[in-house]
Amino acid sequence: MKDTPLSNCERDFLLKAIEDKKRLDGRQTYDYRRIKITFGTDYGCCFVDLGKTRVMAQVSCELVAPKENRPNEGIMFFNIELSPMASPGFEQGRQSELSVKLNRQLERCLRNSKCIDTESLCVVSGEKVWQIRVDVHMLNHDGNLMDAASIAAITALCHFRRPDVSINGDEVTVYSPEERDPIPLSIYHMPISVSFSFFQQGTYLLVDPCEREERVMDGLLMIAMNKHREICSIQSSGGIMLLKEQVMRCSKIASVKVSEITELISKALENDRKARKAGEKCGFAESMPQERITALKTDETPVEMTDVTERANEIIQKAEPPLQTIPSLLVPAPGVGQVGQGLQNTWGLEEEEEEEEDDEDENSGEEQKEQTKMMEEEHDEKEESREGHVVQLSDSEEEEVVILHPETPNKTPKNAGSATHQKGATKSKRRQKK
Amino acid sequence: MFSSLKKKVGEVLLPGDEFSYDTDDTISLTEHVKPEKVVCGPGLRRSGDRLLVCKSGVLRHKQPNMFWIDSQQRRYVPAKGETVIGIIAAKAGDVFKVDFGGSEQASLSYLAFEGATKRNRPNVQVGDLVFAQFTIANKDMEPELVCIDSSGRANGMGVFGGGGLLFKVSLGLVRRLLSPNSEIHSDLDQMFPCELVVGMNGRVWVKSSSVQQTLIIANLLQSCDTMTGPQRQELFRRVQTGAL
Repeated sequence: MKDTPLSNCERDFLLKAIEDKKRLDGRQTYDYRRIKITFGTDYGCCFVDLGKTRVMAQVSCELVAPKENRPNEGIMFFNIELSPMASPGFEQGRQSELSVKLNRQLERCLRNSKCIDTESLCVVSGEKVWQIRVDVHMLNHDGNLMDAASIAAITALCHFRRPDVSINGDEVTVYSPEERDPIPLSIYHMPISVSFSFFQQGTYLLVDPCEREERVMDGLLMIAMNKHREICSIQSSGGIMLLKEQVMRCSKIASVKVSEITELISKALENDRKARKAGEKCGFAESMPQERITALKTDETPVEMTDVTERANEIIQKAEPPLQTIPSLLVPAPGVGQVGQGLQNTWGLEEEEEEEEDDEDENSGEEQKEQTKMMEEEHDEKEESREGHVVQLSDSEEEEVVILHPETPNKTPKNAGSATHQKGATKSKRRQKK
Repeated sequence: MFSSLKKKVGEVLLPGDEFSYDTDDTISLTEHVKPEKVVCGPGLRRSGDRLLVCKSGVLRHKQPNMFWIDSQQRRYVPAKGETVIGIIAAKAGDVFKVDFGGSEQASLSYLAFEGATKRNRPNVQVGDLVFAQFTIANKDMEPELVCIDSSGRANGMGVFGGGGLLFKVSLGLVRRLLSPNSEIHSDLDQMFPCELVVGMNGRVWVKSSSVQQTLIIANLLQSCDTMTGPQRQELFRRVQTGAL
């Protein structure tokens, strides 16, 4: 499918805006768009968002025979994929001019700058070396693909871990990540490309052009640099004449941008390392927003078990003895007997008592008999025997337990101490339900 | 069918949701049973005796029996009678090829402008913008645009003058902008006076007094796509006090 053509009105407006030092998205001349670096669940997978431009890089490795003229060096392979998903103008499976240009630039930026120690990738000299393959996929195209691709590629390379190998005589063993921890690549420095676009034959300069700016620009200068201010590659395209001062100025701007981006990358790598170590959600899973349904779940509350006994005792001591309420609630109406355990005859009872029954079902049977006798002396002892239950139910404050698990209130052992109080709460809850 | 659809009006539906006929157990013998008729708009599709939802969005209803899904898509599918902003992509003999953001280019005859004759050709260059209307929009045929109405008048259509900025927004926002007594439009009108052309294909053209103003309006419109009314008004007010 053809790309949308650029209308004359857009072109005129853009050029006029650039003359006025304005940009479409409100940036200043030397501003980058927001850069966001995220990682996939696997090692060596990295997503870079540069404004609306989105790029994914995936690093993989393979044991291959080395090149004949370099028997003890590993092989680096770079591949840029421009899929129609990024922009309708891109075609699948065909090497366009743009993709060749980007591929070449990425190779110059990362391979020719010798930022990766290829000799450490050698396993058996002349026979087996690691081939590191970097696939860069463009997911959305909104200008400045090169910068996004270079950031994604170098970050993915830093993030990547290759399997450990051992050589025993003629035997080469490749260990799975479960057997031995995979090894990171040795990277000397991080070259990052910074793009400058020129307008009106080099009169105006913009950093990080967006898609529409790229369409109206006259020339492009890409400088790849590392944070030690070493230029790794420099390329000018579009056929404009640049003055020496302009190139010098661009390289100065590039050095500032590169140090900022390098810091961002190392921070992202550090965050990811920490997250992985702590076993938290990392990578792609982290970037997925929580779904609403899981958000309704309540997490298990951790229970402090250290001084529960003392605290429970304290609460019991403080609590007022519930003298009147218990017998009146538990003794059925006069003349009503009880048959069996845990069952209560509710004939002629008020609704309140019914509810009580629900609440107390389990511990009603035996306790009722005890409580009808009503022994104040035993009171404390009984409480202590039930503390175990209290702790299991995740909190020693019964009121909260009742509110958290309204469906299973009958499991809540009744603390005679706060009984009056809490039963009121339960009752009101149940009323609402009905 | 009607009642089950009616029940869901205003709710969010997803592709794959379906409605089926309610099978009535009792058939009235005395009353004359009127067959239920429902008119399906975009996003609803009939399949046998079921009605399938094929777009995600909010179900809308118009009296007496029209239903459609209000979605936030960005891809434009031409429909007859809709007005769009197109870009002249090529001149081919006596027709212009116009890009309107759809799957293929539309053709626009050079005679389809107001006052155009064989001798008096309209002055249209490649890259110019036109505001035009579809006369043929069919999935099997090349779409065709005209810049005149049935009586041969321009009626607001034609080639754009110079200046201004073209940008894209979602189709949902365009419909909201074009709806009679649209709130976004009135808010914008009060705070930022401008010339605004809105095409049904999601393209919006803005021209105002200065470059800065035009950029502000363009960014505001692009950002208010996903905002509620109060949020939008708040933003507009902030921008007006802060930036001007």
